[in-house]
Amino acid sequence: MGVFRFSRKQLGIPYAVFLICFVAAPLLVIIYYAFTNGEGRFTLGNLTGFFTSPYTIGTLAYSFAIAVATTCVCLLLAYPIAYILARSRWKAKSVVIVMFVMPMWINFTLRITALKEILTVIEGNLAFHPFLNTIIGMTYDFLPFMILPMYTTLLKLDQSLLEAAADLGADPFQVFLKVTLPLSVPGIISGVVMVFLPSMTNYVVLDMLYNSTYIMGSLIGSYFSAYDWHNGSMIALILLLIILVFTLVTDRYADEDAGNRGGALL
Amino acid sequence: MDQNARSEHFLEIKSLCRTFEDGFMAVDNFSLTIKQGEFVTFLGPSGCGKTTTLRMLAGFDMPSSGEILLNGKDITKLPPNERPINTVFQRYALFPHLNIFDNIAFGLKLKKLPRAEIVRKVKKALEMVDLEGFEARTVQTLSGGQQQRIAIARAIVNEPQILLLDEPLGALDLKMRKEMQLELKSMHDKLGITFIYVTHDQEEALTMSDKIVVMSEGRIQQVGEPEDIYNEPKNAFVADFIGDSNIFNGIMTGKYKVRFCGAEFTCVDDVENGTMVEAVLRPEDIEITPPDEGIIQGEVSSVVFKGVHYEITVLSGKNELVIQSTRKAQVGSRVGLSVDPEGIHIMIAENMMNKFEVGVKNGYRLDFLDGVPDFDITSLLPGSRMDGGRLLDAHGDEVAPETLRVIVTIKPEDIAMNDDEEAGMVKGHIVNMIYKGDHYRYIVRSDDDEDFIVRDEDLWNMNDYVSLVIPRDSLQFALKK
Repeated sequence: MGVFRFSRKQLGIPYAVFLICFVAAPLLVIIYYAFTNGEGRFTLGNLTGFFTSPYTIGTLAYSFAIAVATTCVCLLLAYPIAYILARSRWKAKSVVIVMFVMPMWINFTLRITALKEILTVIEGNLAFHPFLNTIIGMTYDFLPFMILPMYTTLLKLDQSLLEAAADLGADPFQVFLKVTLPLSVPGIISGVVMVFLPSMTNYVVLDMLYNSTYIMGSLIGSYFSAYDWHNGSMIALILLLIILVFTLVTDRYADEDAGNRGGALL
Repeated sequence: MDQNARSEHFLEIKSLCRTFEDGFMAVDNFSLTIKQGEFVTFLGPSGCGKTTTLRMLAGFDMPSSGEILLNGKDITKLPPNERPINTVFQRYALFPHLNIFDNIAFGLKLKKLPRAEIVRKVKKALEMVDLEGFEARTVQTLSGGQQQRIAIARAIVNEPQILLLDEPLGALDLKMRKEMQLELKSMHDKLGITFIYVTHDQEEALTMSDKIVVMSEGRIQQVGEPEDIYNEPKNAFVADFIGDSNIFNGIMTGKYKVRFCGAEFTCVDDVENGTMVEAVLRPEDIEITPPDEGIIQGEVSSVVFKGVHYEITVLSGKNELVIQSTRKAQVGSRVGLSVDPEGIHIMIAENMMNKFEVGVKNGYRLDFLDGVPDFDITSLLPGSRMDGGRLLDAHGDEVAPETLRVIVTIKPEDIAMNDDEEAGMVKGHIVNMIYKGDHYRYIVRSDDDEDFIVRDEDLWNMNDYVSLVIPRDSLQFALKK
């Protein structure tokens, strides 16, 4: 005749159910499909197939190239912007920050469509520079995600540290190199994570800008639309592992706080 | 001889001023000469300009005018990295991304010293602050006191000509602070470097300094050795700020005679008869006696045990006196108070103003001269407003009238004397008069026993009963903090 008592542990039940339904189960389904063939038998053929086919390896390399290039461009553009915004005592700077964030309130396909029109006017035919256009599109899309974590990190930077460095004999350039830059690494890492990962898979940008080369996202999509669940799942799994490794490596340096606050600003 | 002359004028600060963008004058005409190897303390309440002055010496802030000469060389416009001056920051400002060795070696590495020499110097600096073997530790693993020592080591390792310390002990607990005070003092003796120390803690200043510069509202109030500052304060601000003090408005009534608190005291200062003065009495100099043996009498209103002594507050007439005594007194008992002539410090009051500290009554009316018409309390509290008969401050919180004290200031020349008793609001007798060349200065004691200083061209007689006409526009108000 036990009376039902609601313990704190039981508060986790809805979350556990959610996790099982929407994370664990799909993951198991992906793993199941990745390691079986059309007859439902276990096989490593999908895995070896991915790493032996020049086509899939080429796609992986192309995805990497786009992600690296986008991240670098974003980094080079965002750091000076974040630095100037964080250091200026300008009263209207919140307006400028909102101007950088505001495009994110507009649906991104709409924004890319607008960008497409602009690029067409400039270049005449988008087909001439597919890689360049993709980088421009991706940068346009992801730049705010790079600026915000860097901005928050630089804003938090204790001014007395910069004064201390100058006091100990560092000229302005040395102060930047030896104090500002090392201390903004957590913000840089957060920004890189937020830009690098999505730019490896966001094939909509390529599609819309008429870049017909496949990246990882489009590759998975093409297999799935051909009802080849097995190869598609394997590629999804490989991508998942790449992201996992990347996250583990960067997590050691990332400043969670900066990422969170950047997120909150959105 | 040349060497000697140079070290006497080691650091010369000439008419330094700093006005901020909003027009606030943080430092106003600061001039000071500092000898080589001196331990100088800038002492004052927060916002007095001491830190701004220090920042200008370090090069973090540029003066609006004036100059700074180090060994005769103008360094006013040099950037911080080109000055032979190092700073110990209030909140340490250690580099969190570097370990202790790299923190201390920061300046040495910038000078491109050979590695072996850097290692040796860092080791020596760590020994100096009693933290041998801490090279590989990270900043985060150190306690506040240890971080402070590392901050000192990081500064002195560069062998600066001047070490600036910006309230370096402010974040430490009391015991630690006392220890560090003595250590800093002995470090100063050992190194022979000029120390410039900023603090708001008068005890810290008195303990460590060779020379104290007392500052208030951007200006130097007094410069002197700790004993001079304590024993011979130049003005009421210094007397009040350094140690606890009882300060009373008074008037000289003869040779070595001064009148305040409604009685005549003997003092050791020979000031011209009739001069308006401020008398400073240190709490430890006032003696409690049986009622009939005291110069003045009063009632004990509170007794607080302070460890070494009791702090006893005595109300004598309208005046409150704070006394430190090793003997306890009974609250409510009548006592006499006496002071040795040496215990009374006389300061000549310049630009004597009528100053009255008054309370605020319900409805936010001033408890002064039967209320002041058109008095707007919101003008004294920035950002405040009236809302349905209640005063709200800038945060929207209600301010109760009884928590406010207002200082009313009236210039002596704004008060007119009239022999028609009904002409003015205040009536009283002339109790003192003095001829000042082109005018007379009178003291009128009102029926409420308030003294008014009045400047008048005409001659009146002692003990005349007069009424005072005080125009509403001549009243100036300030909120007592």
